[in-house]
Amino acid sequence: MLIHLSDIRKTYVLGTVALEVLKGIDLDIEKGDFIAIMGASGSGKSTLLNIIGCLDRHTSGMYHFEDIDIAKRSDDELAEIRNKRVGFVFQTFNLLPRFPALKNVELPMIYSSIPSNERRDKALEMLKKVGMSHRIEHKPSELSGGEQQRVAIARALVMQPQIILADEPTGNLDSSSGKEIMNIFKELNSEGVTIILVTHEAAIAKDAKRIITIKDGVCDSGCN
Amino acid sequence: MDVIEVLRVSRDSIMSNRIRAFLTTLGVIIGVTAVILLVSIGEGARRYIQTEFSGLGSNILIVVPGKTSKEGGTHMGTSAVRKLVYDDALLIKKRSRHIQHSVPVVAGTSLIKHGSKSRSTYIIGVTEDYFEARSLTIDSGRFINTSDVDSGRNVAVIGRTVKKEILGEANPLGALITIGSTKYRVIGLMAPKGVTLGFDIDDIIFIPTTSAQVLFDTDSLFNITVKVRSEEEITAAKNEIKETLIKKHAGEEDFTVFSQDEMLATMEKILKIMTAVLAGIAAISLIVGGIGIMNIMLVSVKERTREIGLRKAVGAKNRDILFQFITEAVALSLVGGLIGILCGMAFTWVIPLFIPSLPTSLSAWAIFLAFFFSMSIGVFFGVYPAKKAAGMDPITALRYE
Repeated sequence: MLIHLSDIRKTYVLGTVALEVLKGIDLDIEKGDFIAIMGASGSGKSTLLNIIGCLDRHTSGMYHFEDIDIAKRSDDELAEIRNKRVGFVFQTFNLLPRFPALKNVELPMIYSSIPSNERRDKALEMLKKVGMSHRIEHKPSELSGGEQQRVAIARALVMQPQIILADEPTGNLDSSSGKEIMNIFKELNSEGVTIILVTHEAAIAKDAKRIITIKDGVCDSGCN
Repeated sequence: MDVIEVLRVSRDSIMSNRIRAFLTTLGVIIGVTAVILLVSIGEGARRYIQTEFSGLGSNILIVVPGKTSKEGGTHMGTSAVRKLVYDDALLIKKRSRHIQHSVPVVAGTSLIKHGSKSRSTYIIGVTEDYFEARSLTIDSGRFINTSDVDSGRNVAVIGRTVKKEILGEANPLGALITIGSTKYRVIGLMAPKGVTLGFDIDDIIFIPTTSAQVLFDTDSLFNITVKVRSEEEITAAKNEIKETLIKKHAGEEDFTVFSQDEMLATMEKILKIMTAVLAGIAAISLIVGGIGIMNIMLVSVKERTREIGLRKAVGAKNRDILFQFITEAVALSLVGGLIGILCGMAFTWVIPLFIPSLPTSLSAWAIFLAFFFSMSIGVFFGVYPAKKAAGMDPITALRYE
């Protein structure tokens, strides 16, 4: 079992109003799975993804990531988990505009004390894997949306994480670029990488092995 | 965390906003320049006074009439100060074995004439020992000697300026000049000594004390200049002078003995305080510079909110972000500090070329102080923005538009 969620709740306090976004999610994810989380906007699917990626903390419930009890871990330990075991892919790519593609891919390794020549080699390897080895010195502004997302995937892969979390990865792309990105994900999954992606497009979700639907903070279908 | 990488990111972020970075560091540059410059001027003044004083002879005690109270200022209304007289000077020398010379000095200004030229000049009445006590040297002719003093001869040793203004290029020795209404024979010409502490030592005429008392129609002395045998004996000599004079003055201490070293020490102390005050004022602009850095760091943190969010998402710990932003703040203030040090050094070097009366002396401690002060300003004013950056919630930061 890679991920085990049980009765996960998340409450945001905005001023005096408490907003319960997740109302008790039970979910198990096996190694090598390819999951699409679907749901309307505001349903809590992104929040669930952020919790799985240790970017956010759940308010109550139990979350085990590879037998690590996340609730008991410090912020620094969560940073360590994000660094070594999780790769994020965002809708808006989130590349650093001042740096070329290569430097962007090297970024996670900087926080892992990997020497600079090794960083470069690994980053090059990952850029090659996503078909971007001809663009390594280009800055994000000089790349198309699809190309930027490939660089972002290379960045997510570079630490060889157990799991890739993608939040609407095709949301800002035209359909052909989106298709290419999905092909990369499928290929990665066939190599054994666990993938969870959040989407509201059924056409994207059908590429996944398993579809989970979230509605108003509870699991509507696909959970355990 | 890779330090080289942190420095590289700092460099890139500073260089991507060159003008902004320069304007930010300007406050620190001006502050550091001002601190170094003012300390250099103060230090220059101190050195100047030191060399000038050492040119006036060493181990000198000066006895002046009247008691300068150390606590209550001057005595108001008690003008009945007993004069110092010629005998006092002789008695001091007789009673103390620590004293090498004791010179009764009479001083005043008088009109001097030679032919059609006239000039008002400082006249000092001295005895034969004065020249040795004050380490004065003569160019031609001779000093005033014992017999000149004993018989109150009308002879004069003149300074360079006096010679130039009154006698021109003519040989001064043997010339007759009129001081007041009496004719004096010039017997010696002083070696040029120049300006000391704003006083033109070459614009002086020395005559025997006895003649000066007649000239100014007085039996009181301007001061008694005492040369002590060695530095170690100064305190003993001072006490003996006091003892002798109090006894002679009917038990009253109506005179003051001070040493040249004390005067020097006092002036140095004043200068040191002034330098510190000026440097302190200049340091205020350093603090203003630091606030400028804090301001721009806050802007930078805000601008790079998404970057901070992303760095955290890929594994940066809070301390990584903290370190990154503090490094940038310190880099800014250090660059400012270094430019300021260079500017300060340049001004210190240039100013005496244009304003010769303003001596400067670059001091290493001012440079080190400015350097460390500017660095700590970077740390101090960088901590708050960096903490703000480090404490950001990654999700909110990533969504920041």
